[in-house]
Amino acid sequence: MIRVVLPAHLRTLARVAEEVELQVAPPVTLRAVLDALEATLPMLQGTIRDHATQQRRPFLRFFACEQDLSHASPDTPLPEAVVAGVEPLLIVGAMAGG
Amino acid sequence: MSGVRVLVGTRKGAFILTADGKRERWEVSGPLFGGWEVYHVKGSPLDPNRIYASQSGGWFGQLIQRSDDGGKTWEPMGNKFAYEGVPGTHQWYDGTQHPWEFARVWHLEPSLTDLETVYAGVEDAALFRSVDGARTWEELSGLRSHGTGPSWQPGAGGLCLHTILLDPSNPERIFTAISAAGAFRTDDGGKTWRPINRGLRSEGIPDPDAEVGHCVHRLAMHPSRPNVLFMQKHWDVMRSDDAGDSWQDVSGNLPSDFGFPIDIHAHEPDTVYVVPIKSDSEHFPPDGKLRVYRSRTGGNEWEPLTNGLPQSDCYVNVLRDAMAVDSLDSCGVYFGTTGGQVYVSANAGDRWEPIVRDLPAVLSVEVQTLP
Repeated sequence: MIRVVLPAHLRTLARVAEEVELQVAPPVTLRAVLDALEATLPMLQGTIRDHATQQRRPFLRFFACEQDLSHASPDTPLPEAVVAGVEPLLIVGAMAGG
Repeated sequence: MSGVRVLVGTRKGAFILTADGKRERWEVSGPLFGGWEVYHVKGSPLDPNRIYASQSGGWFGQLIQRSDDGGKTWEPMGNKFAYEGVPGTHQWYDGTQHPWEFARVWHLEPSLTDLETVYAGVEDAALFRSVDGARTWEELSGLRSHGTGPSWQPGAGGLCLHTILLDPSNPERIFTAISAAGAFRTDDGGKTWRPINRGLRSEGIPDPDAEVGHCVHRLAMHPSRPNVLFMQKHWDVMRSDDAGDSWQDVSGNLPSDFGFPIDIHAHEPDTVYVVPIKSDSEHFPPDGKLRVYRSRTGGNEWEPLTNGLPQSDCYVNVLRDAMAVDSLDSCGVYFGTTGGQVYVSANAGDRWEPIVRDLPAVLSVEVQTLP
């Protein structure tokens, strides 16, 4: 089970608790997790990745296991601890304004 | 007894203000979508329980929310606004070409005839339509691609399509306005468009009376007289008696003809309201006095309405979508300020009272007259 932590505004939008659990078939990549997240919670489409380009929205970051994965290829396998459900994938809003 | 529901979009969420027909005691609910910019909230003229909201922000982009119970509960709808074809470029602030990029929905206009149809005016300027209650959106691309698009340039707020007027006497006719391109009209339901800016003069563009490039801030139409349009331009208050084919300056004795909103009395098509702002470089009322100006003659002759409004040390702005009128027998006029006040006059502007004083900066005000 993959654990994903959403920022507050997206938790409100999706009406979920802080952490979402997803079944993702291997290989578990960022793209696969986001695809599964948007399939489970379709109201998140367009809020994390641009509809057309599928690029990460500029004010969002992806962190896991104390690493910044924001600039890694979306097809890079996620850390083993995320795949094993020990650590969550963190989707974080840039710390600015609000 | 009939009542009103005022829909307020702000920089940090939406609020709903309700009262009975006296418009004296108000219930304030919200914030809805707290922390998000809500550029516009508007109800369907066919079913007051159907309300749409444009919710956006720099972090998570654009969302469209819909309520089917008068604003009690909301559901996120479709938020995919894809320009048709290759979007191309428009003029940037420095005169260079810049790619068309979707930023946000400024204005939502529910259809007068079909509950499931709603129009969206967006930045960068384009008009979208949904025919399934905002689940999916399709661009009416004839507007953006009719030929002048590459010469459109953004105003200070962006290249936004902020006004959509639907002609109640002709379902094929729609008026739109874009900052800073001008006003446009379709007579075939949105397939083809033409600029309707003859008579406008604007400094700050190479050709002051060019076909496009004018910073139109807002258009208003009375439903009983859809060929008569009023316009608050960047500078100048204008009037057209031929559906936009030509325009005349009706600024008359206004203390400043710069401003953003313009609206019309529900029962008197020649009674028009504007809020003069000092200048394009000082977006606050002249002399620190918040004054709505009313013309009962369709322009040119204006009277200040000050009773109940701050007449010293007031430096708020009133944005283009932040004025509305109800249709009760004694027409109510409403406007919101960037200082977070929403004012009501239950007597056509003769006396004003604040409904709320301390909301976030108000972006839009609409009102529904309830049975």
